[in-house]
Amino acid sequence: MKEKIRIAAGQGFWGDLLDAPVRQVQGGPIDYLMLDYLAEVTMSIMQKQKARDPNAGYARDFVALMKEILPACVERNIKVVANAGGVNVPGCAAAVAEVARQLGLSGKVKIGIVTGDDILSSIDDFLARGIELRNMDTGDPLSTVRDKIQSANAYLGAAPIVEALNQGAQVVITGRATDTGLTLGPMIHEFGWAADDWDKLAAGTIAGHIIECGAQCSGGNCQYDWQTIPDLANVGFPIAEASPDGRFVITKHEGTGGRVNVPSVKEQLVYEMGDPHEYITPDCVADFTTIQLAEDGADRVRVSGIKGRPATDSLKVSISYSAGFKAVGTLVYSWPDAYAKAQAADKILRSRLERLGLRFDEILTEFVGVNATHGALAGDPALDAAEVQFRIGVRGDDRAAVERFTKEIAPLILTGPPGVTGFAGGRPKVEEIVAYWPALIPKSEIKATVEILEVV
Amino acid sequence: MMKIQLTKIAHARSGDKGDTANVGLIALRNEFFPLLAREVTAARVKEHFRGICKGDVERFELPNLGALNFLLHESLGGGGTLSLMTDAQGKTFSTALLRMQIEITDDEAARLGLAIQE
Repeated sequence: MKEKIRIAAGQGFWGDLLDAPVRQVQGGPIDYLMLDYLAEVTMSIMQKQKARDPNAGYARDFVALMKEILPACVERNIKVVANAGGVNVPGCAAAVAEVARQLGLSGKVKIGIVTGDDILSSIDDFLARGIELRNMDTGDPLSTVRDKIQSANAYLGAAPIVEALNQGAQVVITGRATDTGLTLGPMIHEFGWAADDWDKLAAGTIAGHIIECGAQCSGGNCQYDWQTIPDLANVGFPIAEASPDGRFVITKHEGTGGRVNVPSVKEQLVYEMGDPHEYITPDCVADFTTIQLAEDGADRVRVSGIKGRPATDSLKVSISYSAGFKAVGTLVYSWPDAYAKAQAADKILRSRLERLGLRFDEILTEFVGVNATHGALAGDPALDAAEVQFRIGVRGDDRAAVERFTKEIAPLILTGPPGVTGFAGGRPKVEEIVAYWPALIPKSEIKATVEILEVV
Repeated sequence: MMKIQLTKIAHARSGDKGDTANVGLIALRNEFFPLLAREVTAARVKEHFRGICKGDVERFELPNLGALNFLLHESLGGGGTLSLMTDAQGKTFSTALLRMQIEITDDEAARLGLAIQE
């Protein structure tokens, strides 16, 4: 057994720095590269892409990335674990296999394909059998949005990733899998942790939580001493250096920018946290109140003491559904009286929307420069503010009404308060809202499947 | 008594889960944590975010990290893609909380090495 393995995070979300994974591979020693591509709304976008083209529906960026780094990964035996498969994991794997062939890697690469997360075609069966998939936040039954559902996926844990690695996969591609499972899987595979070794599973899970948002634990978006964080242009993405006993170190490659210290890791630990005593994943329940942090040299933080408890009997399900339309328009008002002018514009526009008889579920006005982030906590605006941006958004089921709203912004330039600009972008776009429905499903209903595709 | 703003004694990060914002408030030095734990109650945070947080505020303690975690329910205009807010993900709730002022005695301020303000 290896004494330690280095798992590098290469993407904090789909759209993160494109060259970050390349730099993780080239910048120093690593054993695993983990890549998180799937935000909550991503699956519905991919579902739409697949509806238009049966070969689509996955993160194409990942295939382009593999073209760039796969030879180095094979040569140095760096394994790649990514949830890039979206709603078409086999399609993504086939595209990566084709890239491997083109690179002359036939016979040298096995691709692990993890499926079983997509439950879209089983929804009616679940509902018929009394599995209600109620909204975890609101308690509403799924039947209220049944005809608007666009995608439905269960979050798979580390187990199928471990299975694929055990079968010799160089690249493991999943659909909806937990971010933390992408990091925990390699640890279980390498160290042979038992399925009920809850403390170690919790440790691997927390390592995954720390690195899953990429550079957000290594100096990016870090409030602590932010002005002294060096060379963010060249920010180093995080690496979890894991040991068989469950302890690990968070670090980054030498010669990169950013900073890994106790405060930067603490900030990421509390990010999107619920009840810290129970961070629930498919693999275990991790207790964040047991985490001990210590500095271990420059840009190294040692993490230990983590306790876990048995996993629950449920998996989280992420269902996306169509939820109406929205549009947001903006205009900029300049000194003098910038705020008063922006407020006057808001009154005029709302009066016109009223006269047109347009009905919306919500209309929201914000004044950027005054109250858009901190609301009334920001206090009164400066009377001599150089400019204030008027930002107004509407949301509703009636697409035509939202469309009409978008045509009422530009007229304010010639028919409203003076000193206005900032309309170069044209009319706001009407956006279809794809909303997210979190639910739970019994684990016994979900069967993950692992296949190995050999590149020949 | 003296007033001190949280930004002098804490840092923070915030995020979202649906229509709930979470704010993790972290003591800049471990010895500031008892002060945070005593003064920054769920009720005070609810009052601080009046007009923004329309639901309950829950508080959890992480003494091992010198941190408190707050859940501010019904705060993000429906949350996620439904929200019309600039900050639909609650990313700036962290700095909004750091605006809060707490009162401490001059003795405690001196003991914690906090410079006299005002």
